[in-house]
Amino acid sequence: MTSDSMPVADGARNSLYGPLADVAADAGYPGSHPERVGFFTDTSVCIGCKACEVACKEWNGLPDPEAGALALTGMSYDNTGALGSNSWRHVAFIEQTVPSRADPGEPELISAVADGGATRWLMASDVCKHCTHAACLDVCPTGALVRTEFGTVIVQPDVCNGCAYCVSACPFGVIDRRDDDGRAWKCTMCYDRLRGGLEPACAKACPTDSIQFGPLAELREIASVRLADVQASGHPEARLYGADPDDGIGGAGAFFLLLDAPEVYGLPPDPVVTTKDLPAMWRWAGTAAAVLAAGVAVAFAGRRR
Amino acid sequence: MAECHPVAFQWVVEAKARGATVIHVDPRFTRTSALADLHVPTRAGGDIVFLGALINHVLSGGHEFTEYVRAYTNAADILPAEFTDAEDGGGLFSGYDPDTRTYDNSSWQPTGERDETLQHPRCVFQVLKRHFSRYTPDLVEQVCGIGPAEFGRVADAVVAASGREKTTAWVYAVGWTQHSTGVQHIRTASILQMLLGNMGRPGGGILALRGHANIQGATDVPTLFHLLGGYLPMPGPGEDMATYLARIPDGGFWGNKRKYLVSMLKAWFGDAATADNDFCFGYLPRISGDHGTYRTTLDMIDGKVKGFFLLGENPAVGSAGGRLQRLALANLDWLVVKDLTMIESASFWQDSPEVAGGELVTERIGTEVFLLPAAAHVEKDGSFTNTQRLLQWHAKALDPPGDARSDLAFMYDLGNRIRARLAGSDDPADRPVLDLTWDYPEEPGGDPSAEAVLAELNGYAADGSPLASSAQLADDGSTRCGSWIHAGCFAGGVNQTARRTPWQEQDHVALEWGWAWPANRRILYNRASADPDGRPWSEAKAYVWWDEQAREWTGLDVPDFEKAKPPDYLPPPGATGPAALSGRDPFIMQADGKAAIFVARGLQDGPLPAHFEAAESPLRNRVYRQDASPVSIQYAGRRQTRDQVAGHDATYPFVVTTYRLTEHHTAGGMSRTLSRLAELQPELFCEVSPELAAERGLENGGWATIITARAAIEARVLVTRRLRPVRIPGEGVIHQVGLPYHFGSEGLVTGDSVNDLLPLVLDPNVFIQESKVATCDIRPGRRPTGAARMQLVNSYRHRAGLADEEPQPGS
Repeated sequence: MTSDSMPVADGARNSLYGPLADVAADAGYPGSHPERVGFFTDTSVCIGCKACEVACKEWNGLPDPEAGALALTGMSYDNTGALGSNSWRHVAFIEQTVPSRADPGEPELISAVADGGATRWLMASDVCKHCTHAACLDVCPTGALVRTEFGTVIVQPDVCNGCAYCVSACPFGVIDRRDDDGRAWKCTMCYDRLRGGLEPACAKACPTDSIQFGPLAELREIASVRLADVQASGHPEARLYGADPDDGIGGAGAFFLLLDAPEVYGLPPDPVVTTKDLPAMWRWAGTAAAVLAAGVAVAFAGRRR
Repeated sequence: MAECHPVAFQWVVEAKARGATVIHVDPRFTRTSALADLHVPTRAGGDIVFLGALINHVLSGGHEFTEYVRAYTNAADILPAEFTDAEDGGGLFSGYDPDTRTYDNSSWQPTGERDETLQHPRCVFQVLKRHFSRYTPDLVEQVCGIGPAEFGRVADAVVAASGREKTTAWVYAVGWTQHSTGVQHIRTASILQMLLGNMGRPGGGILALRGHANIQGATDVPTLFHLLGGYLPMPGPGEDMATYLARIPDGGFWGNKRKYLVSMLKAWFGDAATADNDFCFGYLPRISGDHGTYRTTLDMIDGKVKGFFLLGENPAVGSAGGRLQRLALANLDWLVVKDLTMIESASFWQDSPEVAGGELVTERIGTEVFLLPAAAHVEKDGSFTNTQRLLQWHAKALDPPGDARSDLAFMYDLGNRIRARLAGSDDPADRPVLDLTWDYPEEPGGDPSAEAVLAELNGYAADGSPLASSAQLADDGSTRCGSWIHAGCFAGGVNQTARRTPWQEQDHVALEWGWAWPANRRILYNRASADPDGRPWSEAKAYVWWDEQAREWTGLDVPDFEKAKPPDYLPPPGATGPAALSGRDPFIMQADGKAAIFVARGLQDGPLPAHFEAAESPLRNRVYRQDASPVSIQYAGRRQTRDQVAGHDATYPFVVTTYRLTEHHTAGGMSRTLSRLAELQPELFCEVSPELAAERGLENGGWATIITARAAIEARVLVTRRLRPVRIPGEGVIHQVGLPYHFGSEGLVTGDSVNDLLPLVLDPNVFIQESKVATCDIRPGRRPTGAARMQLVNSYRHRAGLADEEPQPGS
């Protein structure tokens, strides 16, 4: 294999890293494919009702927890714990003590009693990021993980062989194997609903529009306006997460407005697609193979002499 | 609101996005607080002091909406010299009888004179000013633990968002009423809203978020023991139609009471109801007093109740005093439980704490329990009525499984079977059942038509056509109407409640979405949205107004006023009913057409709100000599409830308050049985502050035992700063323990029932239990099991000077 015939990181296609204008086209869909869609999860209006978790499990028919396995985690109101093979939405609850605001005119999200700091309760519904550069898909040896015509990433359960390469490849720890059948499962952005012209179940169920679904380009515009509003209303630390095509995953298909640093929510601060260096690795491997071959050739050549 | 009504909370989020300030006052920092602009933590039970201080802030600062108060409220009424305010009576109004714990309200009746300048020392306005003059920010700090700065922020925000240009809404979930002074909490908020001109106007009002999807509908039709349909009272013992009607004040639209009653009796008894027999008025049951749920519980224990139907209710978990509830169920002859799944009220005979403790022995319980499967709401036609009185029809989506049936089908079938048994009887006692109109058309499959029931509520004119409005009702028996407030919901023979015109195709009032009683009116008393001359108070808040050209009321909503009665109408001498109200009297269901700042009739606990401590409280009353409500219902003379309240005893040093979680529904029968919901909150927990956890050695995730004078339960511990100790000057710190009440012994996830902790202490007006404040102790570790559990309760009772819980009949 030469560098000409393998995927390249740079130049026009950007299949593994960097901005990519059209993920579906990059995956081989014809020009008439649908617009790329995504989630904008605005955590500043999340009320932690978990309707997204329930709607997701109902629509996708996710398995029930084992009888007797239900126990309180003791982590605020979060008894789901994390995204996993059977929980494709997860609402995190973060109880914080933050400094009381000096200016009482801007007490947003903050309890009035100020002794020892004020209370803040962050809630955020996490989900698969449907990365522009999805390492899970890149490493899948069977082709079970595919890019859809909507630009999302799904697992085909009938193709997955449970090798779990994707599990270690995901920079967010999203994709997970089921204990019983060993296959990998994650959010499909309700691919079946999208095919039917419906929005995903979680977005449909969200009462406060914390989860918004739509064409990704539109969502990014909505999000930048919303961010400015939130920042102006006393949250200078608010930020978008996963909205930037220049980030380590080429921008996420599911991005967030956060009120604090990503680590606070259990999100990696600067995720990078784990296959970013694949071309270089191939190049090194290719070079090593060439050197080896040359050495072998030299050795045989020597013996003939 | 976000906790218990997440779907409705979307409108708060939307209002906030449009610039509204959202303030949350609650002992706990909840999911609502998380999205509020300001959370004000308070001590449970201090509500009247907090709201009273807001009233005082308005009055002492001259912030009231003077034109509104003067024209639309009874502030100008002059009270008699005999009236004594609670301020001058140590917390008691004039007319109190300590032996019966009741008030005689004759000294509360206004003289009939008015002082429009509001200066007369005995006018309601001046009495109100004096009444709340001691309700200061200092008092708020002493009672609620809210500092003057926080209180000031709330006061400023409420005043700034009221007046001609703006309105403020108070929104509450029904926990606000679950106090021995619950009705007066709402009264205090009402007075504040009247003073600020926030009633009958868009964006104003006091909005009760009912605890279930259709509780409003159940109240309207109703399923309450003291009401007939459309808020007509139940007849009392010995009352004939004339004395009954004479008891209902006939001012305002209640002047039509005979039309409402006769039309209802015609709907119920059809051709059997004639003018000669007072339209079968004698068939109606009579009530002699309190027949509420808790009184019935005690009557069951006393053996006075033989049989009991429970349709979608789970008192073994959901009602206060769980032990008494279960002892009551165990003392019946028969019990019919109709529910979606097995619930504790049907399984108490084998898995209740009383069986575990030996107080009840399964083999000796005589109650025959019938558990019948019920259809869920998607498995039947029907309507939900929400807090806005909006009826929204839902169509059956699929057949119920197996033998499950709707409540309507069950009751209709039961009625048919009883009537078949009684057919041919000449016993007069059987006539009411035999004379009932019981002839609903049947749907394919045999269920009675729910739409036919709605049409019966709507009613029919003399010619048999569906009524378009309650204005068509007559009192001669020519019209039939099951519920006068619902007249019009089937206008034109069309189910108006099923209308679904999208919001994009109508204005924001959305009159074509569903149907609201009465007359599809979305805001009650909306005549108050215009000034006395009929002009909107402001452009921004224009809603309903007088059109001088057309000589009629018009606007965005259906005007809550006689359409052609001009603002300058003055009643002629001797006028009665609606005609006695002037063109400037918006509150048309009141006899004088005015909003009642001072309530002379209808309340058992005083014409003005006054603060009392809960029956159990760590604090003594700092406002009055009278400590707790002098008229709360405690059934103290009965053996089962004697000594059940610990008062201020320091054996129980902490406040316990109960509530619901988003993830579960009330007593849990609809959520603990569903894996998707059960897994989200899989165990009972108590919420405590880090300070209380340190004081009592409680660990996050560990176990705690909570003990009251009634019961001991165990719960896992959540240590959280969201539950803050309340600091009371001079008293130090008061800790509050929070407990969601959803758990019981059945379902996928189980746990102790929190309502077991609560006493039977009730509001005297509406018989609701005091479930938001009681006192408890908390200690680390799990509770004892079996008989040792009650021994632990009794060991605390000894320390508090209370007698042992006594064994019950049947044990």
